[in-house]
Amino acid sequence: MTSPILVGKNARRFTAPSVIPGFGLTFGYTLIYLGLIVLFPLATLIWWSSELGLSGLYAIASEPRVAAALRTTFFISFAAAVIDLFFGLIVAWVLTRYDFAGRRLLDAFVDLPFALPTAVAGISLAALYSPNGWFGAPFADYDIKIAFTRWGILIALVFIGLPFVVRTVQPIISELEVELEEASATLGAGRLQTVLRVMLPPLVPALLTGFALAFARAIGEYGSVIFIAGNIAYVSEIAPLLIVVKLEQYDVAGATGIATIMLAISFAALLLINLVQAWSRRRFGHV
Amino acid sequence: MSEIAIAPAEDRRAKYRPVTEDSPLARYALIATAVLFLAVFLLAPLAIVFVEAFSKGLEPFLAAFDDPDALAAIRLTLLVAALAVPANLVFGLAASWSIAKFSFPGKSVLVTLIDLPFSVSPVVAGLIYVLVFGGQGLFGSWLAAHGVQIIFAVPGIVLATIFVTFPFVARELIPLMQEQGKVEEEAALTLGASGFKTFLTVTLPNIKWGLLYGVLLCNARAMGEFGAVSVVSGHIRGLTNTIPLQVEILYNEYNNVAAFALAVLLAGLALVTLGLKTFLEWRHADALSGRARRH
Repeated sequence: MTSPILVGKNARRFTAPSVIPGFGLTFGYTLIYLGLIVLFPLATLIWWSSELGLSGLYAIASEPRVAAALRTTFFISFAAAVIDLFFGLIVAWVLTRYDFAGRRLLDAFVDLPFALPTAVAGISLAALYSPNGWFGAPFADYDIKIAFTRWGILIALVFIGLPFVVRTVQPIISELEVELEEASATLGAGRLQTVLRVMLPPLVPALLTGFALAFARAIGEYGSVIFIAGNIAYVSEIAPLLIVVKLEQYDVAGATGIATIMLAISFAALLLINLVQAWSRRRFGHV
Repeated sequence: MSEIAIAPAEDRRAKYRPVTEDSPLARYALIATAVLFLAVFLLAPLAIVFVEAFSKGLEPFLAAFDDPDALAAIRLTLLVAALAVPANLVFGLAASWSIAKFSFPGKSVLVTLIDLPFSVSPVVAGLIYVLVFGGQGLFGSWLAAHGVQIIFAVPGIVLATIFVTFPFVARELIPLMQEQGKVEEEAALTLGASGFKTFLTVTLPNIKWGLLYGVLLCNARAMGEFGAVSVVSGHIRGLTNTIPLQVEILYNEYNNVAAFALAVLLAGLALVTLGLKTFLEWRHADALSGRARRH
């Protein structure tokens, strides 16, 4: 007698009263689907790596080949995100503040790295930058190789990271208050001073967020890189590729260890984004 | 005073440039930099796909599609998308309904967890399913004893694809339905409509463009996914190769024309996706979530 009423009360306490039906069904389905597809498999990874323990993880990370791959991935991802930050800001600025023929088309194309499958990006970048490709040939004349070296990795990572910076910064640029620019100019600032000291500071949180997103994506990127990287152990081998190599050697523990380290890096980037946004909300009142 | 009076007309015009505008020199330099950068980094990679595919003419391009393995890859890609996209569509509807129409504790945690697959490397996404269903995995021996194969077979490919495309529909619908609130649904319900009828005739028309937007992006990623699928597929020709995996195999065999011919299919898909996405953002901006509208 009493139990159904208790259940009803508990249910009502969990979600506010509403005439809208279907909470139990949709909420339950959401939790079960999320649990089965995402949380349970990820928990399995955590469980596997907890069996390795910190010392086991450290042992895997300090294998020379793994350490080299992690270094390559980390530093080239960082460099690519810096390049994306610089050119992403220019692209976002130009696309938002200036009007010129073909602007809308270019704006649409910024999302290409999101839409183009990574394997296609990989083979086309490799074709472009190989010694007889459009961009590779001029460098090959000076004995500079781009494809199948670390430079190739950098180019692929710049490609896939660009939209993250542009799309994060663009809305903030379009919301910049023109009154502030005018005030700055009437108070005697030159244009460059206004841009650097009045207009850029409010963009910093968005730039940092875009940078962190591009960096996190670059850490995990696989498809567009492996075709152009050359994949030479100790030189141009990225961490995600080493997971695949370890799996092919049936070294599941090794693959799990690298995956755990990569997950930790991307979650750290995610945490950084959240901290930046919390700070930005306090400092500028927007994300 | 007198200086201004005697200044030539052109100079005066230059002085009257609004203070909020960059100098023409800076503007042209920035536009040139941006256009050149986008041309080199975005347009050239797209163009080379078509150039390479047709480099030997139309015949070899078409011959690439006579290959039974290529056709099997196309069929598998369509099958995977046909399973993964509806699965995430239903999830997106359920998640956004429960999150946008009700208030309950822990909502922001739930929204963060739904976005989680986007911060997981595709290779790791494949790996976690190997750890669950693979030979050395959690259920590996049980599955082997019952003759069920998930890894190196189609079910694994579908699961990995569902994982990497998991948030697309939900993350579009959740902010959209939160913006729209629940007043219209409450009106329909108090006027006597059933819950299902309210969803079909009130909610669905409100979210249809956002839903299409999410499905579009979800489908593009599902058909083009490489890393996650590569880990779980086993690369069995004619059986477990999707189009991106077939592209890899052909490319590694130095069969450039065939690799780029299949890549043309995927590049075409990307162009159609971009075109429709841009159209939706332009024509139906009001019916998309703030996140999409900003783009």
